[in-house]
Amino acid sequence: MQKQRLVVVGNGMASGRTLEELLKYAPDLYDITVFGAEPLPNYNRILLSPVLAGEQTLSEIILNDVLWYERHGIRLHLNTKVVRLDRTARRVVSEDGTVADYDRLLLATGSKPVILPLPGRELEGVITYRDAQDTRRMIEAASRFSDAVVIGGGLLGLEAANGLKARGMRVTVVHLMPWLMERQLDRAAAQLLQQSLEARGIRFLLEARTQAILGDADGRVCAVQLADGEPLPAQLVVMAVGIRPNTELAESARLHCNRGIVVNDTMQTFDPRIYAVGECVSHRGVAYGLVAPLFEMAKVAANHLAQYGIGRYCGSVPSTRLKVTGIDLFSAGDFQGGGGAEEIVLSDAAAGVYKKLVIRDDKLVGSVMYGDAADGAWYFKLLREGTNVAQLRPQLMFGDRNLGVAGYQGRERAAAMTDAMEVCGCNGVCKGTIVKAIKEQGLFTLEEVRKYTKASSSCGSCTGLVEQILMSTAGGDYSAAPKAKPLCDCTEHTHEEVRRTIREQHLLSGAAAMTMMAWRTPNGCAKCRPALNYYVLSTWPREAQDDPQSRFINERAHANIQKNGTFSVVPRIWGGSTSAAELRRIADVVDKYQIPTVKITGGQRIDLLGVRKEDLPAVWRDLDMPSGHAYAKALRTVKTCVGSEWCRFGVQDSTRMGIELERALWRMYAPHKVKLAVSGCPRNCAEAGIKDVGVIAVESGWEIYVAGNGGIKTEVAQFFAKVDSREEVLEYAGAFLQLYREEGYYLERTVHFVARVGLDYCKARVVGDREGRKALYERLQFAISDEPDPWKQRVDGIARHEFESLRAT
Amino acid sequence: MSRWSRICAVRDIPALGARTVTFGAIRVAVFRTADDKIFALRDRCPHKGGPLSQGIVHGEHVTCPLHGWVIGLRDGLAVAPDLGCTARYEVRVDDGEVWIDFTQPARSTAAVASCTHAP
Repeated sequence: MQKQRLVVVGNGMASGRTLEELLKYAPDLYDITVFGAEPLPNYNRILLSPVLAGEQTLSEIILNDVLWYERHGIRLHLNTKVVRLDRTARRVVSEDGTVADYDRLLLATGSKPVILPLPGRELEGVITYRDAQDTRRMIEAASRFSDAVVIGGGLLGLEAANGLKARGMRVTVVHLMPWLMERQLDRAAAQLLQQSLEARGIRFLLEARTQAILGDADGRVCAVQLADGEPLPAQLVVMAVGIRPNTELAESARLHCNRGIVVNDTMQTFDPRIYAVGECVSHRGVAYGLVAPLFEMAKVAANHLAQYGIGRYCGSVPSTRLKVTGIDLFSAGDFQGGGGAEEIVLSDAAAGVYKKLVIRDDKLVGSVMYGDAADGAWYFKLLREGTNVAQLRPQLMFGDRNLGVAGYQGRERAAAMTDAMEVCGCNGVCKGTIVKAIKEQGLFTLEEVRKYTKASSSCGSCTGLVEQILMSTAGGDYSAAPKAKPLCDCTEHTHEEVRRTIREQHLLSGAAAMTMMAWRTPNGCAKCRPALNYYVLSTWPREAQDDPQSRFINERAHANIQKNGTFSVVPRIWGGSTSAAELRRIADVVDKYQIPTVKITGGQRIDLLGVRKEDLPAVWRDLDMPSGHAYAKALRTVKTCVGSEWCRFGVQDSTRMGIELERALWRMYAPHKVKLAVSGCPRNCAEAGIKDVGVIAVESGWEIYVAGNGGIKTEVAQFFAKVDSREEVLEYAGAFLQLYREEGYYLERTVHFVARVGLDYCKARVVGDREGRKALYERLQFAISDEPDPWKQRVDGIARHEFESLRAT
Repeated sequence: MSRWSRICAVRDIPALGARTVTFGAIRVAVFRTADDKIFALRDRCPHKGGPLSQGIVHGEHVTCPLHGWVIGLRDGLAVAPDLGCTARYEVRVDDGEVWIDFTQPARSTAAVASCTHAP
């Protein structure tokens, strides 16, 4: 059978990315022909500014060279502009007469620079700033001439001015508006920007209207005439007053356009055989000129071209960074505020730092940062995800770094790091490795960098650093993750959608959930399977069937796998209280099974490390103690201090309280591990302030704190409720944890759960609603009361195959 | 002597799971997919030597339990962007019985280029 023919018009970043994605989905589906009007193959247009400034070369910014097209069997016509589109014959014709017939057509014709209708605009030396050719001409002009005028003080104009200045020209920027980059910056930030560019020697004329461009006898530009004042001498004039979608070809074929080729959410135009992506597109009335939205469009278009038929593009929130070395600037969303919006502003003109956050209805809707934009990525994430920032508000201005990330203090500026310095402590990745991967593999998104280098893929605390490196290496407005992140690559659905579907459709197994939600893979992956298994079990306790093969090895073997493949065993020691008999048994087990390491844990228990897997059931039998679940996404420990029984300061019996909590909650599986602590007085020796649930005794009763965390980011638990009795402690703590079990996302700790849904919400469900609290606590008891001790089960012979090797005969 | 060793019945291996068997000093992981295909790989992740037999099996791949590398059961190759491979062994299923040829690691054209199979 003959393959379908896909013709691509335009060879910029959007079409390049669409092809890459398409080849991933369906490498052999199409016979592909690509037309590019430029002489270069697909290159990174964002990096033209560093090329102009002499920091990179054109060959360094090629994304896919000619060989790439050859390797994928793509017919590539460079330097070939398509001039005719015949939709009836399904054929495109180029300027040089090349004809290509299509079954599917992808339009990615990009945008065209706006040319002001000024007298003299056709003179030699008057150029726009759009492509590699323009960049070459500017570099060439800078080597021969001394004066340049840039018309337009927007992003491109300033980058052009900076590049020309770096190449030794005298540069004047003429801007119509009262301040620079008025579409991205407010006046205060723009003034700081102007000052630092002026310090580099660039001159600015604001609120200045260009009247004409004057030429010399040879037909070359010699000056720019403003509406008032002397003519400005210039042998090079760069018009950077904006771009508009290039719809010429589409319009000539009577394809519906309205300030761009109009597409639906699947990137399909009004002609169903024709798709369009990139800057030429008008989606929901918006045309985008930044790379992040283009990549999101590319992904959707590729999916539909590959006939997968899933994925919608729902628009993007754009963010901007200026690609001028040494200037740190970030802008996103509605940065102007006004109309009921609140603003938080930090302005330190002497230090050259300005930050503005715009908040509406407790959500961050815009931000501008100048001088210190390291937190831009974090703000942008809050903005995109519509996070409720009411709780964060007092620290919001000080950024993500302020939240106490272990191991990264004072290390917030990637630019100041050398290549050999470590960025990701978890995976031991240094800056040079990341830069190399970004350049060699052509990476654009954080996800891609994570995949290739593993940097920031574990604890994520270096995400900000990695994003900064990505921005400085791959270009400014790198792609951001889509708003709603799917659970994993096997599905389009988010955790929220999956949880809801399992509940509404009464799905009792991970496999049923995959079928119902049309999983792309036959049986998921190591990411989604454990999540689905948890979701069905926690939503339908006693009904849903556990699938051991969907559990991580630790939860399947009920011990912690170590780096050499042996396991560690942590028996349950209730409230950290043990006895001579237990200790003796533990000692005997250590001797009998020659366990190499015995370690006291931070959770007041004993860890036996280096146990062979086949020995596990016997070790458990000889220990004769319940499982400590130290290996599970479940209740781990309840740490206690000695309390009023012995301590001269203790006001309540915290040890007893802790043991009661542990006995009530053990065997409780959860989205992630859960740790508790009970202190007998506010001196808080049990460190209850960094636990998922921390209980602190006071003279008149107990204070309950939730959502603390002692991990990567130390998070102090927040006050939740004050209660009088031990029974209430059990009920409140249990109800809060059941809420987390029912509504938390898999692998989301309580701190992140509470940050997502809001502490007020949790309080309303547990503290404020007596009936609701009791119902939650009852559901918890229903779910865990007949949950067995997994060690005992295995001592009794369940899942024997897990611990026995096969023998060859 | 036949080069084939009888290991177990297909049903002895959990679907989407694995068992281990040792041959001399080498531990081999024997995997069973959802549709009862059987594969055998050396039980050693090319990354840091993690026991692949303990990983989660999905499709015709296994995810190493230590650092999440994904290894193809059919060719022993790490899935991109990770690079590396682990030795694989020929498997035969006769009448519900699993047989493995331990005498030499199998070679696949895809694998030969990027790694050696020396145990």
